[in-house]
Amino acid sequence: MSLSSGLSAREASRSLRADSPRIGEKLIITALFIGSTISVFATIAIVAALFVPLPRFFSQVSIVEFFTATQWSPGFAGAQYGVMPIVVGTLMVVAFALSVAVPLGLAAAIYMAEYAPTKVRKALKPMLEVLEGIPTVATGLFAFFWFRPFLEILFPWLPWEGVFSTGVAGIAVGLIIVPLVASVADDAMRAVPRSLREAAYALGASKLRVTLMVVFPAAISGIIAAIVLAASRAIGETMIVLLVAGAGSPNLTFNPFEGIKAMTAYIAGKATGEIAVGSIDYDTIFAVGALLFLMTLLTNMIAIRFVNRYREVYD
Amino acid sequence: MALGNNVSVKAAGAMVNGRFKSSGGSGQVSSIAFMTALILALTIALAAILSIIAYAVVEGHTRLDLDLIFNGPSTARRETAGYSVAIVGTLQIIAGVIFIIVPLGVGTSLYLELFADKSKWWNRLIELNIQNLAGVPSIVFGILGLALFVRFFNLGFVVAAASATIAILVLPTVILASREAIKAVPSSILEGSLALGVTRWQAVWKQVLPAAGPGMLTGVILAIARAIGEAAPLLLVGAVTFTTTFPQFFEGGYSALPVLIYNYAGRAQDDFKILAAAGVILMLAVLFVINSFAVWLRAKYERTW
Repeated sequence: MSLSSGLSAREASRSLRADSPRIGEKLIITALFIGSTISVFATIAIVAALFVPLPRFFSQVSIVEFFTATQWSPGFAGAQYGVMPIVVGTLMVVAFALSVAVPLGLAAAIYMAEYAPTKVRKALKPMLEVLEGIPTVATGLFAFFWFRPFLEILFPWLPWEGVFSTGVAGIAVGLIIVPLVASVADDAMRAVPRSLREAAYALGASKLRVTLMVVFPAAISGIIAAIVLAASRAIGETMIVLLVAGAGSPNLTFNPFEGIKAMTAYIAGKATGEIAVGSIDYDTIFAVGALLFLMTLLTNMIAIRFVNRYREVYD
Repeated sequence: MALGNNVSVKAAGAMVNGRFKSSGGSGQVSSIAFMTALILALTIALAAILSIIAYAVVEGHTRLDLDLIFNGPSTARRETAGYSVAIVGTLQIIAGVIFIIVPLGVGTSLYLELFADKSKWWNRLIELNIQNLAGVPSIVFGILGLALFVRFFNLGFVVAAASATIAILVLPTVILASREAIKAVPSSILEGSLALGVTRWQAVWKQVLPAAGPGMLTGVILAIARAIGEAAPLLLVGAVTFTTTFPQFFEGGYSALPVLIYNYAGRAQDDFKILAAAGVILMLAVLFVINSFAVWLRAKYERTW
């Protein structure tokens, strides 16, 4: 701001300060700053929305019951509030999702970073982004009406039960997070300096060896970040899980061939039903939401830490 | 990679391999197998896209008629029921979202890129916060909307609450894209203006902002595309009502396209399942148009400085 008067300062005695205090300018910048803080208030509001109802909830349900009981049946007669079954539901979805997204995403990333010609790479990236951009309702409907029956025809000897299945939901979630894994891992592998590759080539390693034994380990923190981010996305995915895994039994189960309630699906299902505001039933939304928020916060922090690590090493 | 010295590298490789017999002849086979596996993985991912589109077209094409757009939901006449109410609902939600995210997104990105002093903790907090906000699951934004807009501000289950909820959800995306657009404008533009004696805000408003404008607009359009397909948070702020009348912004039940699709899909009759698939076609078509527009916009105004 002192620049504005810089040229007109002919006399040596004249100071370099602006000749006007520029109040309007300061007002604008203050307004921009205030606008920027809205996102901080959004976070504060999220935390408040989730955690303020918790004391009321935990005055009626003991924390020990919440974390150790094995049945989650709010709203039923003899309701039990053990969050474990729906956490297991979420974790099963994440496990299946990662078992699809990690191999597919990493293979796509390795191909794009190490093998594909620039033109192919430039065409592939937006195509993968399309997969990410498809509304999850559409993916969920596809998985429910086509993919599950298709798998049943393909593997008729598997013990399918009912119309819902946690495993199929996990696989469908895995498909939509392939682009996320691919793009973060691709960035990480491309950040590995060429000199490492060329040193390995000079030692006589084949392309396959260079890729798997040099580039891949060198990019490992970025690759871990990609996987952790993908897990976080899978934890928070709602529509696919709601449509495909449904709102199954409230009991603890590890069977991927039947439906299970995941945390997100529970929240969505409960909120769309008839519930009395302020009841303990209503407060379960916030208790499960708070746990969900903490789980994704933790995974995101871990991912950010790993991303920063590979940036530090090679930048 | 390293195409230029491929020959010498291969020669060196042959020598080393010959001496140590590290991979030998099987190396070639495993290379090809590996490459095949990579391409196969990509094919599966791309096949998933085609399968989803194929599902919608095969199941829903019989209902691709004008009733789909102009008729409202109806349980009595399911063969001619449509999405008109949800389309109007989605349009109103998007209008509200634009109204909120354009000033907030542009303002925040301008502040963070051009005015904020990064050594101050509060500016770093804003940045870290936006990064974290981007990772919060969409359903949690729904809970925020329910607690803050529907209950605390007492708006009720109306379009306005849905707009505010979705706006906060997509805000990090818009800020991120806008910041990239500002970063793409060389600092010489700003510095040149400043050297001519204008104030920092004048330089930003008259030079940097117009140059970054198309990039920011692309970001806003992509955020809108995301907002259209977002269903989970709307389930919590009331969009699930099976309403047959057009919504008003601040009163009355409303519905939105992806939520009504979900609603139809959950009904027992086959007519509704066909209708849900047809709704998916409609939504994908709208998204395709919007995304193409964004790509076109980016290509048209892309400048290399």
